[in-house]
Amino acid sequence: MTTPRIGILAVQGDVREHVAAFHELGVDTVPVRRPEEVGRIDALVVPGGESTVMDKLVRTFGLYEPLRERLEHGMPAYGSCAGMIMLADRVSDGAAGQQTLGGLDITVRRNAFGRQVDSFEAELDFVGLDEPVHAVFIRAPWVDQVGDGVEVLARVGEGPAAGKIVAVRQDGLLATSFHPEVGTDRRIHAEFVKIVSSRA
Amino acid sequence: MSTTGTTGATPASDTGTGTTRVKRGMAEMLKGGVIMDVVTPEQAKIAEDAGAVAVMALERVPADIRAQGGVSRMSDPDMIDGIINTVSIPVMAKARIGHFVEAQVLQSLGVDYIDESEVLTPADYSNHIDKWAFTVPFVCGATNLGEALRRITEGAAMIRSKGEAGTGDVSNATTHMRQIRAEIRRLQNLPEDELYVAAKELQAPYDLVAEVARAGKLPVVLFTAGGIATPADAAMMMQLGAEGVFVGSGIFKSGNPAQRAEAIVKATTFYDDPDVIAKVSRGLGEAMVGINVDEIPQPHRLAERGW
Repeated sequence: MTTPRIGILAVQGDVREHVAAFHELGVDTVPVRRPEEVGRIDALVVPGGESTVMDKLVRTFGLYEPLRERLEHGMPAYGSCAGMIMLADRVSDGAAGQQTLGGLDITVRRNAFGRQVDSFEAELDFVGLDEPVHAVFIRAPWVDQVGDGVEVLARVGEGPAAGKIVAVRQDGLLATSFHPEVGTDRRIHAEFVKIVSSRA
Repeated sequence: MSTTGTTGATPASDTGTGTTRVKRGMAEMLKGGVIMDVVTPEQAKIAEDAGAVAVMALERVPADIRAQGGVSRMSDPDMIDGIINTVSIPVMAKARIGHFVEAQVLQSLGVDYIDESEVLTPADYSNHIDKWAFTVPFVCGATNLGEALRRITEGAAMIRSKGEAGTGDVSNATTHMRQIRAEIRRLQNLPEDELYVAAKELQAPYDLVAEVARAGKLPVVLFTAGGIATPADAAMMMQLGAEGVFVGSGIFKSGNPAQRAEAIVKATTFYDDPDVIAKVSRGLGEAMVGINVDEIPQPHRLAERGW
């Protein structure tokens, strides 16, 4: 089997960190900014960044339709933070007119933990991983509601937001409220590579 | 709170709020984006709709500060509240260099990033703010690598090249970005035993200098600022190595702010594609009139504030 080609949506955000994370795992990535690039990828990563800006640029540059079509046909995708918002079917507290690519049957709440002064790091138990994940939350969303086909992979362990859902999977779609790409733990990126390979 | 030491070198894992990683990480999320100066909630809305990745709240844009003179300070808290309540994107605000109480006020208002900015009148001509003491992250200006590393040592989690604000003249932004990048390349090429003297010359801690020499980049995100007025200006700064763009007077001092703002956003994403830049540069109406930096007497140049 050839290694899958993972596309990183590169209209805005922490693209470089995701590229580096996959590179450490020996997986090549390609940036995706143009409609014609969508057909050349086996999987998509939507990075952290500003979801309102990504939404706007994705639509302005003609990426919305091709990405949406690929996702509807089962292309695996992983979104961190703003990427989780972009992959969610529903956003509560979205900016006026904000849309998403969708695919994940979840409702996310933007900036759910508060403003930047509330951004934090914490240890999280993560389904399928033996040791806790060190998670970095930056003006992060959480998941308010999940549909039947969605598996909850992680919840906040303690503090005022204890129990809030912060990682989910539905078939080939994976999303985290936090940023595994900011840091050195590559297990979640490795999980995604496994998902992509198993569906290739 | 952050337990990071005083050298500014990249820390190990930490937990809780206000950690170095969440401060620097916030800036990573803004990469490839445009941060726009706004003075009212209405302007903030226009900026958000145009695709700004964050807005910078201030009392007067640099072009007006320059024209009107007088002491320039942090914005009115009511104005900052108004902007925070109007947009969902991050809100930054400026504090005077060394004015740690303005910074305390901005943190209490809930701004997402503080710009300790030479555009305002400095409050302390010796010391910058001890930025480690805050939960909110700071961005600071720099004209060269030593200045950038001193700000990082004081706790800055993001650096912007200074340029010359309020001019619409991109030449100083170019100079400062080239300078910082050239000094980084020079460090990369030095043998390890020469880094000690390099640190002395840069007036920056050895650990941080060694880290930059190894990584070939700052340990924090590097944006550009000061004089960017057109989509081509923004794209040029990105090609020169900026990771994102601050636009001050260039948008709301132009003929058609909404359209120009959107064009600069697109040009920043496609900074390496002249066809896109050409397309978005059409029909923008008048750019801000601008002032040549050369014609500004030395004492009135903002980039020379901060050290």
